[in-house]
Amino acid sequence: MATVKFDEATRIYPGNDTPSVDKLNIDIQDGEFLVLVGPSGCGKSTSLRMLAGLEEVNGGKIWIGDRDVTDLSPKDRDVAMVFQNYALYPHMTVADNMGFALKIAGVDKGEIRKRVEEAAKILDLTQYLERKPKALSGGQRQRVAMGRAIVRSPQVFLMDEPLSNLDAKLRVQTRTQIASLQRRLGVTTVYVTHDQVEAMTMGDRIALLKDGVLQQCATPREMYDNPANLFVAGFIGSPAMNLVTVPASSDGAKFGNHTVTIPREGVEHGGSHVVVGVRPEDVEITTNNDGLELTIDVVEELGADAYVYGTPTDGDISLVGGDDNLAKPFIARVDGRSVPPKGSKVYVYPKAQHMHVFDPESGKRL
Amino acid sequence: MALELTAARPDPALLDLPWRIPLEEWPEDILAALPRGISRHVVRFVRLSGRVLAIKEIKDDIARREYEMLRNLRRLHLPSVEPFAVVSGRVGLDGEPLDACLVTRHLQYSLPYRALYSQSLRKGTATRLIDALAVLLVRLHLTGFWWGDVSLSNTLFRRDAGAFAAYLVDAETGELRNRLSDGQREHDLEIARVNIAGELMDLDAGGLLQEERDPVDVSERIVTRYRELWAELTNAETIDDTERWRVDDRIRRLNKLGFDVDELEITTDIDGTSIRLQPKVVDSGHHSRRLLRLTGLDVRENQARRLLNDLEVYSAATGRQGEDEEIIAHDWLAQVYEPVTRGVPRDLVAKLEPAEVFHEVLEHRWYMAERAQHDVPIREVVDDYVANVLPGKPDERAVLGVDTEELPVIADR
Repeated sequence: MATVKFDEATRIYPGNDTPSVDKLNIDIQDGEFLVLVGPSGCGKSTSLRMLAGLEEVNGGKIWIGDRDVTDLSPKDRDVAMVFQNYALYPHMTVADNMGFALKIAGVDKGEIRKRVEEAAKILDLTQYLERKPKALSGGQRQRVAMGRAIVRSPQVFLMDEPLSNLDAKLRVQTRTQIASLQRRLGVTTVYVTHDQVEAMTMGDRIALLKDGVLQQCATPREMYDNPANLFVAGFIGSPAMNLVTVPASSDGAKFGNHTVTIPREGVEHGGSHVVVGVRPEDVEITTNNDGLELTIDVVEELGADAYVYGTPTDGDISLVGGDDNLAKPFIARVDGRSVPPKGSKVYVYPKAQHMHVFDPESGKRL
Repeated sequence: MALELTAARPDPALLDLPWRIPLEEWPEDILAALPRGISRHVVRFVRLSGRVLAIKEIKDDIARREYEMLRNLRRLHLPSVEPFAVVSGRVGLDGEPLDACLVTRHLQYSLPYRALYSQSLRKGTATRLIDALAVLLVRLHLTGFWWGDVSLSNTLFRRDAGAFAAYLVDAETGELRNRLSDGQREHDLEIARVNIAGELMDLDAGGLLQEERDPVDVSERIVTRYRELWAELTNAETIDDTERWRVDDRIRRLNKLGFDVDELEITTDIDGTSIRLQPKVVDSGHHSRRLLRLTGLDVRENQARRLLNDLEVYSAATGRQGEDEEIIAHDWLAQVYEPVTRGVPRDLVAKLEPAEVFHEVLEHRWYMAERAQHDVPIREVVDDYVANVLPGKPDERAVLGVDTEELPVIADR
């Protein structure tokens, strides 16, 4: 087991002007589950492959424990890429399916048996060790595949979108298994995904990248409660945070006709506007002309509560975010017992303690 | 949702297949053979408009990606299966969406390694398969393709004058780059070694491995063969100015391995006493291109080598070495090659491809001559081969699989 350190790690592909990974700095604790997340092309897979030794590092260093592995070949790094290959061998027992890679590595029989038995215990496969994989259920087969990586007892597990070719049901099942298994084993793990829900549910910490640059590295809770910038605010959370550009003065920011207090920097940064962010569950919703006026377009009933999707009546108010040019709706979660009907007009403003303010120019949190 | 068909040359008959049924449950009467092999996914073979198609059920985006990747590999003239179509937007009879299907053409006369092991094997088959896979991997790497899941299961083999030629079947994990890093190549090699050892151990456990050699030792061969070949094809070499013949020697060595040289970078040092040369290898298929140019025959590399040798012998035996080689080749084709390949009766043509039959007849001639202690006329050899050897061989035009199991990873229900 070991710590992992990305130290100004940079990757520039030949022929590219801009780095695909730009001066990445992350310190990963011994036994930590770190998730690299971001949209496609953000550099998350490249970062993982730099750690695995599959991509050259053009600047900076990578450390595993106290070893500088920057220039080591993949197999000298003592890391294991998990789920590269799911294939189980039908004629071999479960024990052999788990242990055969050790045999190739020249580990002696007694040691192989010991490690296989230990892994089987962790994976609840002890009673199946002498059976053939055909006799196992789908989930048990999955665990045998995991066992193959576990018995190698590497310093670090690396997983690159391991769930991407599974169907939705198996994905959720396996997600839980991997997370709980990692906690039991305590092996430092770096996991790549494009799915923020996967990142939020699995990681001890999340590192969010965009265009090769680390945006924020923090616990899921911290990312959710204190996003460092507009990009993080819009990426983490589902449905996404509402981000509204509003006028600001020394009195505060005007959310429709409701004035919200904003930090001093918000007023002092020089601009006449700020972006106010509010999560759907942190929206105060009234009918008495206090706040930003919305027309409700869609109501999504969820039982205990409901999501309402509305458009600001004032056409000058625009919502930030979204990848396309479509108008983004304002989303609020409301009590299921008092849902405003579709077509009605309501007023919304952020709950005071649950508001985020960003600089519209730099995107930084204020 | 409507059924969506992506294909370069769509065959309307494709739409008649039962896309609303999960592939696993397709009725046996439309299948060309029962599915077999180690696979993460459900794979089936069907006969359609006179050809055999392989159908793999995977997620839509992965199917499309693999389809495009296989098309790119074909465009780059790399040996791989031919993608045929992607069928997506499938909805089951119960209204639930079904995964997409990637459709590829079955490669005629190709053999999965498990089928090869189910036949009584000539000694050394495992090493010949691995040699073929090493050549394939070097070619893919030279072009910048990172496979990510190198294994015997993901490769098909065609006979090539006693050796084998390897074809990539599964490009699901692959990526095309401008150039591969040493780390990427090493990773592919390590995956190959582990997978091959696992596959051979599995055959061993199933009692199918007749060779005595340890699977781990055999699997090492992929690494050594790959390294030798890679070094020969890419290493820079420094030679003394007085040994200029060695430039030509290097090119000959590369040609002998079946590769053509596109450029040769030659730099002399300042005082001009030594030369550094670095070849840029473009493509394998040196002999097969030469044979194609001379005779119009399109065959694999070792077959071409064998045929070209026979052509040389013919040219010497008829005392025509000085003549235009295209004219000699034309006569050889009419007088030697075609009489042999036409000697195979119609009911036996599915056994082996013509060029492989020719190779075997030449081998057979040698055995017969050795036994008789004198030359045997080719006509007699052909008759003897067709009567005594060929009928005992399995049909290899469409070998789809043998009895092993499919182990897709599925959710617990």
